[in-house]
Amino acid sequence: MTIVKQISGSMVSIPGNDIDTDRIIPARYLKEITFERMGDYLFADARYNPDGTLTDHPLNDPRYVSASIMVVGRNFGCGSSREHAPQSIKRYGIRALIGESFAEIFAGNCMSLGMPAVSVTPDVRQELEGLLSDHPTIEAMIDLDDMVVRVGTRDYPITLPAARRHAFLNGTWNFSALLSANSDLVKATAARLPYMNAFRGPNA
Amino acid sequence: MSKNTLYDKVWDAHRVVTLPSGQDQILIGLHLIHEVTTPQAFSALKEAGKSVPFTHRTFATMDHIIPTQSIERPYFDSQAEAMASALEANVAQYGIHYFGPDSGHQGIVHVVGPEMGITQPGMTIACGDSHTSTHGAFGSLAFGIGTTEVQHVLETQSLALSRLKVRRINFNGVLPQGVYAKDIILKIIQVLGVKGGIGYAYEFGGEVFDRMSMEERMTVCNMSIEGGARIGYVNPDQTTYDYIKGRQYAPGDAEWATALAYWESIKSSADAEYDDVVDFDASGMTPMVTWGITPGQSIGVDGTIPRESEVPDAEVQTARDAVKYMKLTPGQPIEGVGVDVVFIGSCTNSRISDLREAAAILNGKKVHPKVKVLVVPGSQQVKDQAEAEGLNTVFSEAGAEWRNPGCSMCLAMNPDQLVGDQICASTSNRNFMGRQGSPTGRTLLMSPAMAAAAAITGYVTDVRKWI
Ligand code: SF4
Repeated sequence: MTIVKQISGSMVSIPGNDIDTDRIIPARYLKEITFERMGDYLFADARYNPDGTLTDHPLNDPRYVSASIMVVGRNFGCGSSREHAPQSIKRYGIRALIGESFAEIFAGNCMSLGMPAVSVTPDVRQELEGLLSDHPTIEAMIDLDDMVVRVGTRDYPITLPAARRHAFLNGTWNFSALLSANSDLVKATAARLPYMNAFRGPNA
Repeated sequence: MSKNTLYDKVWDAHRVVTLPSGQDQILIGLHLIHEVTTPQAFSALKEAGKSVPFTHRTFATMDHIIPTQSIERPYFDSQAEAMASALEANVAQYGIHYFGPDSGHQGIVHVVGPEMGITQPGMTIACGDSHTSTHGAFGSLAFGIGTTEVQHVLETQSLALSRLKVRRINFNGVLPQGVYAKDIILKIIQVLGVKGGIGYAYEFGGEVFDRMSMEERMTVCNMSIEGGARIGYVNPDQTTYDYIKGRQYAPGDAEWATALAYWESIKSSADAEYDDVVDFDASGMTPMVTWGITPGQSIGVDGTIPRESEVPDAEVQTARDAVKYMKLTPGQPIEGVGVDVVFIGSCTNSRISDLREAAAILNGKKVHPKVKVLVVPGSQQVKDQAEAEGLNTVFSEAGAEWRNPGCSMCLAMNPDQLVGDQICASTSNRNFMGRQGSPTGRTLLMSPAMAAAAAITGYVTDVRKWI
């Protein structure tokens, strides 16, 4: 599996805090049985007016079309567990998120997709937003080794839970193989639990 | 670090091994699945040629996309039909228990698990749905997961997880009349914030929880995730055991003693240590209503929409976004705000006790002519029970629509949707922008009794005047 260590690219900033998963991708777009087209639906309600014309959402701004890093606020991705949310962000072309904080399930889902969601202080977020409005295509580089985001000559500190950082740096962010390797231990653990054995259960 | 709490004991009992990342591999004792978050997981499973080793610990139902009016197949919405068919093909292929529309047991996954006796204390429970926290009411560690993790559980019956901290939330005192479990959790989120629970499991306890029914405990645990806590739980007690006993998948008489011994053993010990403790007093409580676009933006029904000066600095931006979206004015009383739709349902408040409370208010009354009222039972069993008690007649005679079970207008993936900027008094759990199906639709969260009262008056009203 791929090691995720450094991610470079230009940025786009999404204003506001507490941006929930329904806003990232409204529920009516979850009715497809594959994730293939989810990138088209990212922030659908915020990007289009009811008559279908474009709003002034940052994702509609031509200066930010090539962005591959999304800068967000506090408690980003709160709400549902739908993986459609990070899937839509990734399939839109984003490869990492920088935010003040992330909801738990959302951040875990981002990891499952190999897309780091790293945290910065409110001051750093503000500074990045300022930089972006003056220099819309300025390049940033997230470095999970040094735990900084580098913009020009400046390094801003980032944080990421140790287990996630380990998984990205070792290329083990999809746990499938790791978990499967321990199947005998899983069976042994199940054997010790009364409810997995002694209770009537449906098969008894 | 917490010690000797239910969280610690259940975690340790399910730990398979510590992984190189420092996370623990945790056995998942019960896996619940539904149609929306699983098709991609099954596709990936098939592509990899993998099997499901613990099929008997996986249970499926259909809830999100199912219509609540005509449930004849094929569904009118071809996307819904495709999603339903995919689930049915997958459960058939892998031999997974399925509570489908023909079973008499179909319903919202978080209503079905408990009422079938599948949800029990001391389990680890995962489901591709954030409101899996509901099952914590039984003293289990229950939490939502993404689709990739659904695949992991199908394939390995385990997950890689990081241990959470544990916050004890005590609610003591006596709940005043007209104040319900819904108001308790709205209050907790209002005080601790929508991100206050990030990194925590919430253990709810104290006199108020000791006296609560299982259905009330479920309402509270259900919305833990709205406070940022992926897990919320209540220690099991006699109320828990009485609820479980005799249900279809509950331990039978011969195993009851073994089960009980296990359940008692995983309770938080008297000397348990917590990472944090927060105390609430129930006595001054009033019925709560949300006014904004996060479940933390709530006030007492006798309160006014906060002015910016009354909001902490960090919350001002979200408050500004909220009043703009909600078309409300800071300083305006919430009582009297007009409603167009009333939705009584969802995994928070669609159980029989919720319907009884709403029916008690609506009994012999008429719904305001401008208001559309949907009553959506949480499961086929709840529906049958309500009809046996004649609650459906109370609702119909009042002018409300009595529907078939499903998630319905909680997230509006089926035809039940708000239109334009309609305001909905809703017993569900999320007042996010566009949540109820219209990109400009507005949601006010409240208890079933409060929603029923609003249905009569056509505006937000204090339910205490009605009881
Ligand atoms: S009722 Fe609402 S919150 Fe509950 S599972 Fe269904 S969509 Fe999710």
